[in-house]
Amino acid sequence: MDIIRAIENEQLKKDLPSFNVGDTVRVHVKVKEGTRERIQVFEGLVIKRQNGGVRETFTVRRISYGVGVERTFPVHSPRIEKIEVIRKGKVRRAKLYYLRKKVGKAASRVKEIID
Amino acid sequence: MKKAIMGRKLGMTQVFDEDGRVIPVTVIEAEPNVVVQKKTIETDGYNAIKVGYGDVREKLVNKPHRGQFEKAGLKLRRYLKEFRLDDVTGYEVGSEIKADIFSAGERVDVIGTSKGKGYQGVIKRWNANRGPETHGSKYHRAVGSMGASSFPSRTFKNKKMPGHMGNVRTTIQNLEVVRVDADRNIILVKGGVPGPKKGLVVIRDSVKA
Repeated sequence: MDIIRAIENEQLKKDLPSFNVGDTVRVHVKVKEGTRERIQVFEGLVIKRQNGGVRETFTVRRISYGVGVERTFPVHSPRIEKIEVIRKGKVRRAKLYYLRKKVGKAASRVKEIID
Repeated sequence: MKKAIMGRKLGMTQVFDEDGRVIPVTVIEAEPNVVVQKKTIETDGYNAIKVGYGDVREKLVNKPHRGQFEKAGLKLRRYLKEFRLDDVTGYEVGSEIKADIFSAGERVDVIGTSKGKGYQGVIKRWNANRGPETHGSKYHRAVGSMGASSFPSRTFKNKKMPGHMGNVRTTIQNLEVVRVDADRNIILVKGGVPGPKKGLVVIRDSVKA
């Protein structure tokens, strides 16, 4: 068991910024196109974080040309170059699924934490 | 068979490959196996090595098992298995087989004893379909037809019926070795492997490769 835990711990990222559900983040993803590698940025609202350890994932939702787009990333994936937290949000639940049914301005309305 | 090693299944986890993809892996701990006896065509009519693996208390070992280790002048091991290899040169009594005989990217077969499921019906054991739950049906999870009637007037052999399931030797072929760590004696194999955690498994080079 300890060996499995050790293998998992080796893969954890140490420089991970603290972010949570409700935050607006900018995810820099490495994309491979043929032989070239470039960085793609996906910005949106974190609507959930689930599982733990190496298996932890988070889902980012954004409205792109009027269509809701959600992408789920493994938190510790080496494909993620970095995660920038743009805005801290104040939310009262762990999964923001209710945003999927909202349209227009309400679709991304989350109060900001001012500290 | 070109090479083989005994190990213990530790459990499953996931690793990222160089492209960042998630790969499900089984972690197998393969501490050095020790060669207890070497068989060659000249002496025994075939090529093989007999290999011991795992710590064991002396009290748990019976005389025939212990005798093999005493003859070789080695410490007692829990498991003793013979591998019929194509080529036994390079193996001597007392020499160790380590996890690094395999390398990442290689294809292997993993042999283990599957988890016992006890006495199971045809639905779980043979993936039979079930009957309706309601609408007056009295046929729920039972075995179906046993075959035709007056001819042949008997049930054929190998008819799929309820019975004991699991706890049999199972081979999973053509698994990819994802990573080998010789210092920690671990081998990561892509996908699942038969048996419970701490169960004995044999890893050998794949017959399909």
